[in-house]
Amino acid sequence: MRELSLNLLDIAENSVKAKATLIEITVTVKANLLTFVIKDNGCGMDEAFLAKVTDPFTTTRTTRKVGMGIPLLKMIAEMSGGEFAITSEKGVGTTTSATFQLDHINRPPLGDLADSIVALVTDLGDSNLIFTYSVENEKFVFDTREVRAELEDIPMDNPEILVFIRDLIKQNVEITNGGLNI
Amino acid sequence: MKSIAEIKAIREKMQSQIILRENSEEGETRLVVGMATCGISAGARPVFNTLVDEVAKRNLSKVKVTRAGCLGMCKLEPIVEVFVPGQEKVTYIQVDSEKAKRIISEHIVNGNVVNDYLITSEV
Repeated sequence: MRELSLNLLDIAENSVKAKATLIEITVTVKANLLTFVIKDNGCGMDEAFLAKVTDPFTTTRTTRKVGMGIPLLKMIAEMSGGEFAITSEKGVGTTTSATFQLDHINRPPLGDLADSIVALVTDLGDSNLIFTYSVENEKFVFDTREVRAELEDIPMDNPEILVFIRDLIKQNVEITNGGLNI
Repeated sequence: MKSIAEIKAIREKMQSQIILRENSEEGETRLVVGMATCGISAGARPVFNTLVDEVAKRNLSKVKVTRAGCLGMCKLEPIVEVFVPGQEKVTYIQVDSEKAKRIISEHIVNGNVVNDYLITSEV
């Protein structure tokens, strides 16, 4: 994975699989620290599974016995002078967070957040997603509930709507960055 | 700057198209991109976004782009599966943005399967 936004997409997919009705993705850049948090109200994990979830030989899928998503993210965070944490409660939800030192030589670029969010939006069904992006004191919030309110009976995964959502996020992320290349 | 309120204008335009669409008998064509860890790291996200772009640009009203998890052949990712109603599933492998454009123009628009990108016994 060359971009952190790809890890974000990958990990957020776990929330969709956990049947979360609300997924909150928060990306914060502040004082040389990049933080991302993915919080969901999905099925959660029991303690036994949670304890081995960073092991690459733990997975819920049946096609094979490896699951690389979480171990990869943990490795990248630790390589970049940051930390990885995951908390979960069965029936309540899961929160995954990772931090990265902004100026660390091993920190991958953030990459295209808009492309990742759009890919997630198509997978939501009736669930919702709140994406919050902030750089220092600038902040942008994208909430699919607001989009749905405007859409009425048009499905959110309609390609024309997706292109619009992508442009909207792209523009606002750029404004939030304020000329910074993250 | 774009705002969510602009969706209203797109919606109104679409609602008129949907009435037309409901009158036709055709089913929906689905393009499914494998987007688990393996697919994403092989480059599935730009493929997905290119497909969305092409479908929107060409105004293909009965085509849906969706994503799936691991399709089971990680080394052949990015994989795109095409489901055209009444036809057998077609699986394209090692797709990139350029290939995605060709799949849309040749397969989805003109109805010719792009044989160059199919799974062969040599892979």
